Amino acid sequence: MKYLEAIGKYFIMIYEVFKKPTKWPIMRSLILKEIDELIFGSLGIIIFISFFIGGVVTIQTALNLNSPLIPKSLIGFATRQSVILEFAPTFTSIIMAGKVGSYITSSIGTMKVTEQIDALEVMGINSVNYLVFPKIIAMLAYPFAVAIAMYVGILGGWIAGAFGGYAPSGEFVKGLQLDFDSFHVTYSFIKTIVFSFIIATIPSFHGLYMKGGALEVGKASTTSFVWTSVVIIILNYILTQLLLG
Amino acid sequence: MIEVENIHKSFGDTHVLKGISTVFEQGKTNLVIGQSGSGKTVFLKCLLGLFEPEQGQICYNGSYYSELSMDQRRDLRQEMGMVFQGSALFDSMTVEGNVMFPLDMFTKQSKAEMQDRVDFVLERVNLIDAHKKYPSEISGGMQKRVAIARAIVMNPKYLFCDEPNSGLDPKTAILIDNLIQEITREYQITTVINTHDMNSVMEIGEKIIFLKNGFKEWEGTNKEIFKTDNVAVTDFVYSSELFKKVRQMYIEERN
Repeated sequence: MKYLEAIGKYFIMIYEVFKKPTKWPIMRSLILKEIDELIFGSLGIIIFISFFIGGVVTIQTALNLNSPLIPKSLIGFATRQSVILEFAPTFTSIIMAGKVGSYITSSIGTMKVTEQIDALEVMGINSVNYLVFPKIIAMLAYPFAVAIAMYVGILGGWIAGAFGGYAPSGEFVKGLQLDFDSFHVTYSFIKTIVFSFIIATIPSFHGLYMKGGALEVGKASTTSFVWTSVVIIILNYILTQLLLG
Repeated sequence: MIEVENIHKSFGDTHVLKGISTVFEQGKTNLVIGQSGSGKTVFLKCLLGLFEPEQGQICYNGSYYSELSMDQRRDLRQEMGMVFQGSALFDSMTVEGNVMFPLDMFTKQSKAEMQDRVDFVLERVNLIDAHKKYPSEISGGMQKRVAIARAIVMNPKYLFCDEPNSGLDPKTAILIDNLIQEITREYQITTVINTHDMNSVMEIGEKIIFLKNGFKEWEGTNKEIFKTDNVAVTDFVYSSELFKKVRQMYIEERN
């Protein structure tokens, strides 16, 4: 019953986000600030993780393909498929649920605890629109971060393969080009856009509707990370079934 | 002027406000006092329109809140200023940004006009060198002044303050009280202050209502409160040892 109530409240919040918009010049500056905070601020960790994940995928694949009958180009192929289909969109989104999600919950939660949200409401401002809408729009730039994650992940795989002696550079690149289906990239971006909406809204919901003080802000951040991850994993399954199944 | 007519408010099975009626006059500092849990904050939130009473009406200068359209309610909200207990300043903005925020949101003034207005209200609350500082870089008393500046920047008709003195030393608390009273008189604002600070009651209580368990137990002025025979009020007012001694001396002198 508690979960049903929370789900209902979440959808009411989504409706509120698009009601009574904030003045455009103010909204524009909020969106730019959020793009800087949420997307540019996360690029470092995304690049770092993608590079090493790409490398690990290459090494793991190479170590498991030890039959001389299997061409080395398959290492590049497996790395490309893993990075584009799963690691870049889903793994990065889980990382973002932790980094960006907890930032969103704690910043909104702190505003709630310190009555800053009440102050917005008293002024006649739709606080949900003011706080959540710029985050949703800013997260539309998230697919660009995922595109970088794809590129860096494959680069990491190539470096690990070529310089670690697991797959010759030519073979790896041949594998990267093997049987390429551009819809896989489209599928990955569709997932990313759905996840970006989840990463912006679920943590906002946990921040807006939290009760209590500073301790509860911390608890709300943890809960929001758990629920954002759960929803991402479930939606990942559903979208994969719908788009590739 | 705000007229409150028999308002009731409940949360689930808890009946918080039980038929409160009163009038808050323009140009006067009206105080709402009572113990924690007496319904003061809920009452203030009803006046602000954040909670809607289940029964009863609130009338702002002749307009009943319940009869206003959503747009009219939004317009009315823009005529209200609020000073929160913890100041509720936006951490991400400077002092200047906080005060300019309502102007930026609701007016079409040029940057220069807004800047002039911000400079004027900050000077009015005696804050001159803090424009570029962030709330975390200034003292509690200064934060309260910024909150007052933000509340009055739009020339409100109604000013609401929720325990504006909490967390302040007695000297700063008196300065804040006096500032609110000066502004109320100067701009003819209808001011309602939630407090349980007896210094405020003595200093600026032009009209006081005392709430107990959701009922209006007593109303009067700061002169009348020390002479009342209402047991609940005297228990509350003389709960501190200092006030008990002052009263004892007063009674002895009178006899």
